[in-house]
Amino acid sequence: MVTRDYVLDLIEKAGKGDRRALGRLLTILEDVNSETAWVVEYLASRSRGAHVIGITGMPGAGKSSLISRAISVLRGRGYRVAVITIDPTSPLSSGAILGDRLRMQEHATDPGVFIRSVTTAGLLGGLSLSALSMIEAFDALGYDKVIVETVGVGQSETQVMNVADTIVVVTMPGAGDDVQALKAGVFEIGDIYVVNKSDRPEASKTYEYMLFVAEKGEIGRGGAWRPPVIKTSSTLGMGIREFVEALEKHLEYLKGSGEKELRLSSRRKMLVKLLAEKIVVDSLNTIAEAELSKLQGNVEGFYEKALEIARATGEKLVNLRIQ
Amino acid sequence: MSMELTLSRPTTRRKVKVLVAKIGLDGHDRGAKVIARALRDAGFEVVYTGLRQTVDQVVAAAIQEDVDIIGVNQHEGSHVYIARKLLEKLREYGADDILVVMGGSIPVVDLDVLKNIGVREVFLPGTPINEIVDKLLRIAEERRSRREV
Amino acid sequence: MAKLYSREALEEILRAYREWEDNILPQWLSRMPERQEEFTTLSGIPVKRLYTPADLKDYDYMEKLGVPGAYPFTRGIHATMYRARLWTMRMFSGYGGPEETNERLKMLIKAGETGLSLAFDNPTLVGVDPDDPLAEGAVGVVGVSVPTLVDMEILFRDINLGEVTTNMTINPPAPVLLSFYVAVAEKQGVSYDRIGGTTQNDPLKEFIGQKTHVFPPEAAVKVAMDVIEWSVKNLPKWNPISISGYHIREAGATAVQELAFTLADGIEYVRQLIARGLDVDEFAPRLSFFFDSHINFFEEIAKFRAARRMWARIMKEWFGAKKPRSLWLRFHVQTAGCSLYPQQPWLNIVRTALEALAAVLGGCQSLHTNAFDEPFRVPSEFAAKIALRTQQIIAYETGVADVIDPLAGSYFVEWLTDEMEERAWRYIERIESLGGMLEAVKKGYPQREVEEAAYRFQREVEEGRRFIVGVNIFREEDVEEARRVPLLEFNQEEVERRQKERVRKVRSMRDEARWRRALDELRGATERGDNIMPYVLNAVKAYATIGEIMGVLKDVYGTYVEPPYY
Repeated sequence: MVTRDYVLDLIEKAGKGDRRALGRLLTILEDVNSETAWVVEYLASRSRGAHVIGITGMPGAGKSSLISRAISVLRGRGYRVAVITIDPTSPLSSGAILGDRLRMQEHATDPGVFIRSVTTAGLLGGLSLSALSMIEAFDALGYDKVIVETVGVGQSETQVMNVADTIVVVTMPGAGDDVQALKAGVFEIGDIYVVNKSDRPEASKTYEYMLFVAEKGEIGRGGAWRPPVIKTSSTLGMGIREFVEALEKHLEYLKGSGEKELRLSSRRKMLVKLLAEKIVVDSLNTIAEAELSKLQGNVEGFYEKALEIARATGEKLVNLRIQ
Repeated sequence: MSMELTLSRPTTRRKVKVLVAKIGLDGHDRGAKVIARALRDAGFEVVYTGLRQTVDQVVAAAIQEDVDIIGVNQHEGSHVYIARKLLEKLREYGADDILVVMGGSIPVVDLDVLKNIGVREVFLPGTPINEIVDKLLRIAEERRSRREV
Repeated sequence: MAKLYSREALEEILRAYREWEDNILPQWLSRMPERQEEFTTLSGIPVKRLYTPADLKDYDYMEKLGVPGAYPFTRGIHATMYRARLWTMRMFSGYGGPEETNERLKMLIKAGETGLSLAFDNPTLVGVDPDDPLAEGAVGVVGVSVPTLVDMEILFRDINLGEVTTNMTINPPAPVLLSFYVAVAEKQGVSYDRIGGTTQNDPLKEFIGQKTHVFPPEAAVKVAMDVIEWSVKNLPKWNPISISGYHIREAGATAVQELAFTLADGIEYVRQLIARGLDVDEFAPRLSFFFDSHINFFEEIAKFRAARRMWARIMKEWFGAKKPRSLWLRFHVQTAGCSLYPQQPWLNIVRTALEALAAVLGGCQSLHTNAFDEPFRVPSEFAAKIALRTQQIIAYETGVADVIDPLAGSYFVEWLTDEMEERAWRYIERIESLGGMLEAVKKGYPQREVEEAAYRFQREVEEGRRFIVGVNIFREEDVEEARRVPLLEFNQEEVERRQKERVRKVRSMRDEARWRRALDELRGATERGDNIMPYVLNAVKAYATIGEIMGVLKDVYGTYVEPPYY
């Protein structure tokens, strides 16, 4: 049973390095609701300023192997690293195969690394809320780097990406028309661009193109930071150090310019918004369930009643005065 | 196939999470991949850790992912040895509430040995997938209701 | 080119066929409907109820079949086939330590096997020593443990390498095992030109099935080509590669995919070797193949025949090979392990027999028959003997070996052979469009195809569209029978302890300086991109262990981690 004491106990244990406790805590955060919202609040208030890194890019670009390589370097520098990897849910069965961690299994037994897989689950804001809540947990528990890996195509994944401190866009050579592949909104969001699989012959073409675009100032979020373009090969272990250097440089920049605070603030805002939405929707569902169960089989009556409830709730909320 | 598990209580994850493991140097992953896919199609969340995993790696992944069940698919010979080590490790890390099931080329004579070691279910080749899915759902459900007490 | 059937004959037959379909069949079908809506081979090729010359139409006998021993070799690569020499009865064997396997080899030779075939344990297959943490619990389990030259010597005690041929199912560490073999032969006083056998050494398929891969694809291929190049120049009787479809099939591929992907692998290797400057006729005669023989009888036979014809054409037209031997598809067959089940295990004897028959009717050069306890463990002596005798019964009692390619001319078999060829070409074209098999493997194409096929098959079995006796039909609840299967017993822990001890002893007793120098030279050669074989042979003779040698190679080439779902 998820009592307050139970959760506090988990958090304490997790803080002492109990990975089972952390695993269980994360499960609670996978499905935050009105009863467990306080956990997120509790964790957020104990933030230790983790560097949240979002890694996105098309499937097959080698993000997971790149992350695995980067973890080795980061660990070498004494950082504790958490990774949240997001795998798509099957639209048919809503089951999923969480295979990204496979590439990172060499780090499985390293006590300074924690890897957790999450599915998109198809709930409104569901993914973002789980992922953001988990980020708070890792942050509060002292993980220095929290890496979130997504495919970056769904709306919720973009939400998560947008609130990371550093966004890394990973591309690879020969991915069809380079221009098209890069156009899908990806030009605007990256703080660091990586051309992975650079051991391939076509890599220089892609790299040159990215450099060209970067020089023209056509990529990145704007502002004083000029996104670097880095060539890597996760199979050969090439360029990993440069990549980690770029991450560190960006963190320095964020801290120096005050942007880190801003990004943290956006992240919190997003979290609160999603949490609020979830709580309202949950409550609405509970009320609706009770009312609507009486109307089983009466399709029209069902819809009428459902709309009535929605409108009434909306009205009440609008008229609500918070003391 | 729907997952009719208790939904509203926060301790219960919506879906059953299974880790499909290949432990040791055995490269025959046809069975593991077929079952992983089948479980996904039945609505499970499946963590597949790939080939050449040590018992430690599998246990670490199981704990980090907070899975309900570890399903080991063993094609060649070392299953009793592996089962023993796996259950030992789970106990060591205080994670022996995670259920362990096994499938693959397991001789009937070893069924009892495995059960005694603590393997919850053993699936012989040819066991229909629907049977496996049902069984896994049931034991996961049992486990969750036990945990809730 | 003359056609087989005259226009008049075909028209008459077609007329009769249509009449039969329109006037005779319907009554039969209404009284007794057919067992299934549709009948298909395991690859999904629909098969009609009847085949006639009309299905072959403008069949050109000389173009499609010809005579055995001549292009296109559909009817056999040798002019006399089994009438002169039976296929080699080559039983895949090995377990425990070299002592145990030496006994097993001697037993099989005495029982009549005519070629040796070694199964190695998992640590040896991936090139780690028995005292490596990864090897724990796995030493000697699925095959014999051979970490050092000393083990190889013990393995071949009392067996003259000048008088036998040995197949070694080994892939990434193929240079090591070949070196062991050559070094032992040298010690026995056998000259290089008498050393005969095969190293499997087929890296591409390791990414699709079997999966004892170690290095990433490019490096793995480079190492394998090194072995071939060196072998072609030094061991005139050795088959340095066995281009394999067996493992691809066992991983779930259909017969058509097995055919296509195997030949595509072959094409890639030929290109790689030509790129090194070798003349195709220099190495092609030494390429060999390895196929599965599964339970859908005629499909397998058609597959083997199509394979011969396709490879001959590829070698002649794509690569311009001139020597007849360069066009020969010489192949070993293993009956399908994945067709055997633990339920009612004695039934596996029957399955194996039928699969072996298909392999012989398909014209294989060498054959391994599975033991009925294959689903459980490495075979017991009892089971292995039955499997060997199965081949002997086919050879000596049934008469099928007395006529060359006896099924040729069967309307069904020829139609099916053509059909399989056509479907396989389509896959090969797809692979060509991806840039060849190496590229296709890197992109995950064959892996995905095989996984899909495996899943589809499983669904078919579950939904009752494919039948397996004892598994989804004619099941027996009583599992007691299975308990009575007398399995091979050996003390694995004892073997592991013994192997660990031996490898430690070898390490302590060798000439340290010589060993160190040998490994350093190997590292240098590997980094430079030279052919590593001479350096591996040198290291082996300096008593470097398999783990140490592979360790050097892994340092330079890296290790492959399979991506998750494709």
